[in-house]
Amino acid sequence: MATPLLKPGPDSASQAVEPTSPVAHFGADEALAMDAGVDLAPWQIAYQTAGTLNEARSNAVLVCHALTGDQHVVNTHPVTGKPGWWDRLVGPGKPVDTDRYFVICANVVGSCMGTTGPASLNPATGRAYGLDFPLVTIRDMVRGQAMLLDRLGIKDLFLCIGGSMGGMQVLQWAASYPERVFAAMPIATGARHSAQNIAFHEVGRQAILADPNWHGGRYLDVGTRPAKGLGVARMGAHITYLSEPALHRKFGRRLQDRDAPTFSFDADFQIESYLRHQGITFVERFDANAYLYLTRAMDYFDLAADHGGVLANAFRGTRTRFCIMSFTSDWLFPTADSRAIVHALNAAAAPVAFVEVESDKGHDAFLLDEPAMISAAKGFIAAAARERGL
Amino acid sequence: MSVTASLAPAGLPQDATGSARIDHLVMLNLVEPGSRVLDVGCGDGSLLALLRDRRGVDGRGIELSREGVNACLAHGLPVIQGDADTDLAAYPDDAFDYVILSQTIQATRQPKEVLEHLLRIGQRAIVSFPNFGHWRVRSELLLRGRMPVTDTLPDPWYATPNIHHCTIRDFVGLCRLVGARIERASALDASGHPMRFALPWWVWNLVGTQGVFLLRRG
Repeated sequence: MATPLLKPGPDSASQAVEPTSPVAHFGADEALAMDAGVDLAPWQIAYQTAGTLNEARSNAVLVCHALTGDQHVVNTHPVTGKPGWWDRLVGPGKPVDTDRYFVICANVVGSCMGTTGPASLNPATGRAYGLDFPLVTIRDMVRGQAMLLDRLGIKDLFLCIGGSMGGMQVLQWAASYPERVFAAMPIATGARHSAQNIAFHEVGRQAILADPNWHGGRYLDVGTRPAKGLGVARMGAHITYLSEPALHRKFGRRLQDRDAPTFSFDADFQIESYLRHQGITFVERFDANAYLYLTRAMDYFDLAADHGGVLANAFRGTRTRFCIMSFTSDWLFPTADSRAIVHALNAAAAPVAFVEVESDKGHDAFLLDEPAMISAAKGFIAAAARERGL
Repeated sequence: MSVTASLAPAGLPQDATGSARIDHLVMLNLVEPGSRVLDVGCGDGSLLALLRDRRGVDGRGIELSREGVNACLAHGLPVIQGDADTDLAAYPDDAFDYVILSQTIQATRQPKEVLEHLLRIGQRAIVSFPNFGHWRVRSELLLRGRMPVTDTLPDPWYATPNIHHCTIRDFVGLCRLVGARIERASALDASGHPMRFALPWWVWNLVGTQGVFLLRRG
């Protein structure tokens, strides 16, 4: 007897429409021009800030969140009640020091924490967009963030930083708006999504599409949620964020609350129980359609393809200072992916630093307490601040 | 052997050099102000920082150790954690005015290929290395029959990162093999000072503790 995944809760749905954070609204005349060929209007973007913008407006830092992240980078999450997702790196006295810098983190277009996405109301129908929402790209996310910065009166960023999908946004920022990015720090990421990563995403999407409660993407209309499908998608993805040594250290083959196997499909092993928990809690805070759209955005990302197949062309003539970081046990975005970015930046004669952090925690290492990551980030950011006169 | 000029003005004033290493100061004098420099095996970045501060150089580095990379980052130096044996291939031709390989060539797996990359990536290459032809090294082997441990070769044989030792004479041979033209060359004596240029080559090979070469594609 399998433990049932959680019943749909109201929280993520309410955050999608009425987030507990500031929101910038853009009207019919301020459409977001999307790569899919659609002018999205009206639309909105939800964000959080920390710290104070200085008089010269030169100390702004944009933090870009990962696939299932959100704008709550340093503040308590409104749904889970947990501390900010990057409070190890961002905060008072941290490498991204909110006592010195003005930190902005916005929920990306296509997500479900207050920025317009498939869970938002479609003004044309009065219902949630569902699959009527246009496909989103990383470039669309970045365009949306740029419009938010314009609205906030921020001409350029001192630093653009993010991991995983957030790192893709950092790379896209540096390519799309080189003059607006003084320093860039893409972490545990790649300039394109690999075939293996697309394959994992496809498994997750198929789990959602196969859930009878998905209803062709119209589940919000009928008051159901494809919780099982989304939970399974999260369970699969979660494995890719970890590493075998980390899993072994944490769980091994230990049994959960029992001395012997039950000879059933119950969650006998601790790792099973852990994954089920991950699936259940994820469903509480995330929208299934948003998961489809954001995984697709990562799949489509290929910065070299956008520049004639030569990644270096994406950074031609850039004056942005880069610091690239990877983790030894990250098999989702292995060090080779980071090296490809470094090589392209070398070919473009860009100032680039690269650090490979020794860690057995897998892809998730960038979110965890990794002293080597934190000290390297501190060194790079502090030196960039000196150069910027901050 | 066609060594055309000595490296540094003899008797570099000590007080003007601060705490900088003398071999670094010798290299400083080889680099044109405002040029682009890649320092391969840059350690904690002290040479890069010196080049930036004294010569206005746009410097980059490659360093294997995380400690070294972190020290460089803290000094605002763009340094890549990587390996000279594998990473140089990724750099385009003529990307830098100078590529520096300071006390590193003897620790590479493929010194010949590394030297060829240096000459491809940089207009000029600057290479320094501990001279295995130094008389102390020779006498340790000859008289005591032991692998030498000296100031420039401080590690015991079982713990040394150096796998391809060479003498100044050997290095000149390698330069010839890869078609590198030696523009300037020098040997440093036991106190790290450049030796007099007028000395014959075999003296450098015997009493020089380090060789420093400025090279150009043939």
